[in-house]
Amino acid sequence: MRSTWRTLDPALLRDVLAIAASVAVSGASFGAIAVGSGEPWWIPPLMSVVVFAGGAQFMAVGIVAAGGSPVAAVLAGLLLNLRFLPFGLAVGEVLGRSPVGKLVGSHLLSDETVAFALAQREPARARTAFWLCGLSLFVAWNAGVAVGVLVGRSIGDPNVFGLDAAFPAALLALVLPALRDRPTVRAALVGAVIALATTPFVPAGVPVLLGLVGMLALRLPVRR
Amino acid sequence: MTVLAVLALAAGTYAVRLAGPLLRDRITLPDRARELMSIAATVLLVALIATSSLMTGDHLAGPALPIGVAVGGLAAWRRAPFVLVVILAATVTALLRLAGVR
Repeated sequence: MRSTWRTLDPALLRDVLAIAASVAVSGASFGAIAVGSGEPWWIPPLMSVVVFAGGAQFMAVGIVAAGGSPVAAVLAGLLLNLRFLPFGLAVGEVLGRSPVGKLVGSHLLSDETVAFALAQREPARARTAFWLCGLSLFVAWNAGVAVGVLVGRSIGDPNVFGLDAAFPAALLALVLPALRDRPTVRAALVGAVIALATTPFVPAGVPVLLGLVGMLALRLPVRR
Repeated sequence: MTVLAVLALAAGTYAVRLAGPLLRDRITLPDRARELMSIAATVLLVALIATSSLMTGDHLAGPALPIGVAVGGLAAWRRAPFVLVVILAATVTALLRLAGVR
């Protein structure tokens, strides 16, 4: 672990803190919304520690609040989280060799940690980025949720602050360096179109997975 | 949510998260396969970016959201610092909403 932190630089720390701040605000709104929808005060913090997946948590609580069954909420949340399987395959090596590192690091897999790790050129930096981002987001998310539960409904809708634009923009900034070669760009664009076109017709989480079909575009013959 | 539902979601999510790194350990992959895995992750991230900036739920989002993301994306393209990208995207979307643009 010590060698992991040697490659820590202020620029990386600043970038991670920016996204951690957004995650904290998003966590606060989750805590407030969950309690406001009738959950007991201890459910949102418990959920945030053991599930630690914002999208799935919002969705599960939303389904129950709308009168859906807990089983439906769990299935929808799991479907949304299925993307962590291919993400884990892609950045698995970043978690290091030790079993403890894998067991703990796996819990920290998220869209942002994967994007931060993939954006680094050297493996040592990727490891630092993954752990720094993962641990910061875990602390920020859970602290945010606790504040949200305490403060309650007065927090209101986080989208008023444009937070829903902050997350895709952050991911975009992180993924841009990987979009240097043409086949990858082609696969990503085809994948994005498939995901967008299928969104109205399939459950949440599935469109992004269907985007993987875009990988086939890597094999398309290209005119030079 | 019942405690059981929370724990079921937690266990399932953790299993999905752990599967990738564990599988990665069992098999030695040729270089091309590793390359394909990181391209796959990039494709997934771009699909996620596209859906989360153009759709809300199962329908098209109003213009405020994609315009904010586009401004942030443009700043990132011009090599603006990451923090600025995040703040720009949120601010543009927030201001548009304040001005009544959904």
